[in-house]
Amino acid sequence: MFRRVLGNTLGFVGYTVQYGCIAHCAFEYIGEFVVCSGPSMEPTIVNHDIIFSERMSRHLCKIQKGDIVIAKSSFDPNMNICKRVIGLEGDKVCTSSPSDVFKTHTYVPKGHVWLEGDNLRNSTDSRSYGPIPYALIRGRVCLKLWPPHSFGTLSESPTRRIIKAQRDSD
Amino acid sequence: MAATAGWRYVRAFVSGLFVAVPVTVTVLDRFAYVARVEGASMQPSLNPDSGSECDVVLLNRWSVRNYEVRRGDIVSVMSPRNPQQKIIKRVIGLEGDFIRTLSYKNRYVRVPDGHFWIEGDHHGHSLDSNSFGPVSVGLLHGRASHIIWPPNRWQEIKPSLPPHRGPLAPEEEEG
Repeated sequence: MFRRVLGNTLGFVGYTVQYGCIAHCAFEYIGEFVVCSGPSMEPTIVNHDIIFSERMSRHLCKIQKGDIVIAKSSFDPNMNICKRVIGLEGDKVCTSSPSDVFKTHTYVPKGHVWLEGDNLRNSTDSRSYGPIPYALIRGRVCLKLWPPHSFGTLSESPTRRIIKAQRDSD
Repeated sequence: MAATAGWRYVRAFVSGLFVAVPVTVTVLDRFAYVARVEGASMQPSLNPDSGSECDVVLLNRWSVRNYEVRRGDIVSVMSPRNPQQKIIKRVIGLEGDFIRTLSYKNRYVRVPDGHFWIEGDHHGHSLDSNSFGPVSVGLLHGRASHIIWPPNRWQEIKPSLPPHRGPLAPEEEEG
């Protein structure tokens, strides 16, 4: 009788470990669900939206300009930020605001990305803390799941901040 | 008869794989990782002889799950210059520390919140914070706890700051 209980317990523990590991692999390599908060990505993503971010693009280093990404905050690694990629390494980005008379530019260093929120007026992003290392990116947002009336893929950048280089094809 | 035995074997193999692959991947991602150290940037602590075999270290990933490190730890970090490469260096300063740098653009640096300052023990042969500045703690990968190969170099790696490389005590900046 004791042996049966022990057998059942070990079986239970074994299944828990196995399914826990499968869950880890799914969240780490396939994708995860994220609840967004804050106004920095309006109107594309608003407060309390639920989105799905996929991990494969980040592991294969296929994140592109214009993608919305989830990244670890460089000042607090336990916090995540959701912003749009405006420039990849080597790209030219505009550091002055649209209202400035003289426009200033900078080039994104190797291994870094330049992130900006879609709501330029209410977003702390690379314009204040500079480019962030590519390795801090966790995943690429590909689908919005909630609220139901805005279900689907996300739109292109409403701000015209992405500078297309001569070599980019349109 | 042979067909069903073969088929049973294939099914057993596939279900075994279904257990082994996720468990191995989870262990490597969350608990422990084994890595070979290449290069001379951490001499003499790691790879002391450039000619002979490279050291292999055990990286403890569980102890850094909350991003807690101590000064003097040897850690592996995702390189800010190349997201696919990991670099192994020593933690010299944590957030809030003042560091007197060796070859950085500023002579004195205050390590910002959520960052730390890493250096290789072999100054001058090391691509570290002296080149790219303070590193975000989010890039932390694991803490090197033991050298496990070659066998004559089996040892536990203890945290220790090199002489004269450490955060400045608050009184020292007055001078």
